[in-house]
Amino acid sequence: MADNTYDVIVVGGGPGGYVTAIRSAQLGFKTCVVEANHLGGICLNWGCIPTKALLRTAEVYNNMKHAADFGLKVEGVSFDLEKVVKRSRSVAGQLSKGVAHLLKKNKVDVVDGFGKLAGGKEGARKVAVEKDGKKVVDLTAKHVILATGARARQLPGLEVDGKLVWSYREAMVPEDMPKSLIVVGSGAIGIEFASFYHTMGAEVTVVEVMDRILPVEDPEISAFAKKSFEKQGLKILTKAQVKELKKGAKDVTAVVEMDGKTQEIKADKLISAVGIVGNVEDIGLEGAGVKVEKTHVVVDEYSRTGVPGIYAIGDLTGPPWLAHKAEHEGVICIEKIAGVADVHPLDTGRIPGCTYCHPQVASVGLTEQQAKDKGHKIKVGRFSFIGNGKAIALGEPEGLVKTIFDEKTGELLGAHMIGAEVTELIQGYSIAKTLETTEQELMHTVFPHPTLSEMMHEAVLDAYGKVIHM
Amino acid sequence: MPIQVLMPALSPTMTEGTLAKWHVKEGDEVSSGDVLAEIETDKATMEFEAVDEGTIAKILIAEGTEGVAVNEPIAILAEEGEDPAEAAKAKVDGGGAAKSEEPAKQEPAERETVAQEEAKPTPGAASDAKPAAGEGQKAPPAPRTEDGERVLASPLARRIAAAEGVDLTRVEGSGPHGRIVREDVEGAIATGGAKAAPAEKPSTGGAPAAGATPSPAPASPDDPIFQMLPSFEEVPNSGMRRTIAKRLTESARETPHFNLQVDVEIDTLMAMRKQLNERDGADYKISVNDFIVKATALALQRVPDCNVAYTEKAVLKFSRVDMAIAVAIDGGLITPIIKDCASKGLATISKEAKELAGRAREGKLKPEEYQGGTFSISNLGMFGIKSFNSIINPPQGGILSVGAGEQRPVVKDGALAIATVVTLSLAVDHRCIDGATGAAFMKELKTLIEDPIALML
Repeated sequence: MADNTYDVIVVGGGPGGYVTAIRSAQLGFKTCVVEANHLGGICLNWGCIPTKALLRTAEVYNNMKHAADFGLKVEGVSFDLEKVVKRSRSVAGQLSKGVAHLLKKNKVDVVDGFGKLAGGKEGARKVAVEKDGKKVVDLTAKHVILATGARARQLPGLEVDGKLVWSYREAMVPEDMPKSLIVVGSGAIGIEFASFYHTMGAEVTVVEVMDRILPVEDPEISAFAKKSFEKQGLKILTKAQVKELKKGAKDVTAVVEMDGKTQEIKADKLISAVGIVGNVEDIGLEGAGVKVEKTHVVVDEYSRTGVPGIYAIGDLTGPPWLAHKAEHEGVICIEKIAGVADVHPLDTGRIPGCTYCHPQVASVGLTEQQAKDKGHKIKVGRFSFIGNGKAIALGEPEGLVKTIFDEKTGELLGAHMIGAEVTELIQGYSIAKTLETTEQELMHTVFPHPTLSEMMHEAVLDAYGKVIHM
Repeated sequence: MPIQVLMPALSPTMTEGTLAKWHVKEGDEVSSGDVLAEIETDKATMEFEAVDEGTIAKILIAEGTEGVAVNEPIAILAEEGEDPAEAAKAKVDGGGAAKSEEPAKQEPAERETVAQEEAKPTPGAASDAKPAAGEGQKAPPAPRTEDGERVLASPLARRIAAAEGVDLTRVEGSGPHGRIVREDVEGAIATGGAKAAPAEKPSTGGAPAAGATPSPAPASPDDPIFQMLPSFEEVPNSGMRRTIAKRLTESARETPHFNLQVDVEIDTLMAMRKQLNERDGADYKISVNDFIVKATALALQRVPDCNVAYTEKAVLKFSRVDMAIAVAIDGGLITPIIKDCASKGLATISKEAKELAGRAREGKLKPEEYQGGTFSISNLGMFGIKSFNSIINPPQGGILSVGAGEQRPVVKDGALAIATVVTLSLAVDHRCIDGATGAAFMKELKTLIEDPIALML
């Protein structure tokens, strides 16, 4: 009989779980990952990665449609949806295999099945694994790290049926391109699908209950994005709510209330992207005495649940629901367990967020309003893409970089960007924040010319009245 | 070029120390990592290791010398190939010129490489030749230690330190490789631990300067009053004695103490203790004091308004309980700390307390093991003391004094009964903890001690 006793069991093989398991093995722990579906989790199989593949198709398609702007002659541009989806799936498949390989290389055991806490005591926690209702194996470990992730929130009346009302999952593998589409919710997931389907030719209406789209971003960026999307032809309704959904044979009609007035919007499909709830069910939390609040597990800054030997990381523990947050939490959690020196809790104020719509949106740190609310006297810098040589050469003259500094200390409080490739740029500001640079170091950093990154420099200079190219 | 060996700062708060013992003599060859001397800091004796290699050319400070200021040259080291006799003649200067509090003093000529680097404007300052209107920010220069080594500190930490007058060479860094980050500087400001001006300020707390009078100097042994007393032996004040005197005088003078007392019955606790200690394979022996430590930590967690420190700008509410436990040692006392005490189990607390107390008695605690702490506990029960009041250990907000557990008559349901009772006395800083808050904490503590099963949750 195989030895089913481990130092560490990670329940869930998503980006948080598998990264934690690899780090755990590196630290010398005998480690096992229990995964019910695919290694890589939602992120890799049904989230971040396959959507990026779809959005890349949309980007190339959009560029081809504008080929003439670049002096190219392209005729008869069209697409084969099946192949578009196939590419996205094969990207996910390739990466999932990569995760399996990494785990194997690090000698992490992978158990295929659904893991749940099943008693035991401090020092010997039990995890029971089932597959298709049948028991697979009982495992024991000193430390159990729960990383079961999250799923789409269901709104009453907008329940996902897989046919007319889609979640991200159905939206990722369309069989036919809808002619028209309603997207409810304008967070990162909603807006990315809205952007994809619109670029591929669907008539898209976004319905957002808040007063602006991308509500976690700086209001100035939200406003910029709205204007840009509307210019492309997307319809955006803010402070709007779907009051009723009438389902026809092949389409839906949403009754949308906005400004006290109702209107009916008909579309082939509706995508519900109204938030995320943690997968807290059926994993034995109640029996173990782990505290659950709403739909997430309550943990301390080192991901400890309060029950010795049981930890929780990533989406399961609440927002921000980001793969990179889960990865970092997991690494911190396991390093703390191992007693690695100088382990610090994750500073959530330094976690960048990216949305891969067209134009892209990326940010890190406080918005202007949040900075003011926290009592900072601030300096704000802005730089528009129109003033950047590389942006013009790329044919991407629309965008904005905004920086927010504390007037007294020069601390970079926040950075907000919209425009081409900003998701690749934001990391510069993230490093600056982590290293606690002030405006001085940013001003004296040499940014290569000609690059989009020069705008990051100019936005800093602008905050101090030294902007050059504007 | 001969190297000056400077009196090290072995802890962030150390300003001077006693050169207790030399482990080398003139003419000895030393290499990096060799123990040069033993330095007695405020509270512990620590070994001082060589950074550079070479030959001890001259010992400048004799062993046994007290009150040697940090950064004072204590020896001269001749580098390989140098003549120790020549090196011994090298000019002795004040050292420590790189310290930010002494801008006027320039780096000595012998250490010109460092001096040149210092003289070069930092990149931050360089391009500020024509500052824009309303712009006075300059990147503060990277500070250096007495060895001329760069102090690792983030730019933001440096900026804040410069603005607030914090000497970064006295701040302990919590970042990667000991890098000082914003949090560390803010922590130093909050605890008043690292002001650039050496700590001669009469007030460390929030007492208005106008009202503060210098404390009367302690009597000298030469004072005529002592001539009228019986003959005596002079026991020189150790570093620890001076620290105790200084800190507790400050505390007694500046902290408005008030005291709260409560009797707690510990019969249930003692029964539980017996049960725990008699468990099969128990590799611990939990004391009544361990229970009280745990209960105090939990009570502080439940009444976080008592886990605080008063500063001029704000009351600091700590995110966790780091419990300082007073341990009597030869020549004084010391307070090793059980970090994050509320989240530790009884067995862990018991083991840590024993281990720390053991090393405390051997004088082997590291500074980080006895500095800090958010709250203190002092127990004199083993001496049969019924109850007593302690002086708060600043900047902490409170200290709990634990008396002896003894059988006392108590009235229960109108009838006389016998119970094992301990009197607990709390002293708190009224600037940040009010009566009702302190009372709420004591009530919580009493509940936890009298119903100790709650400690297991």
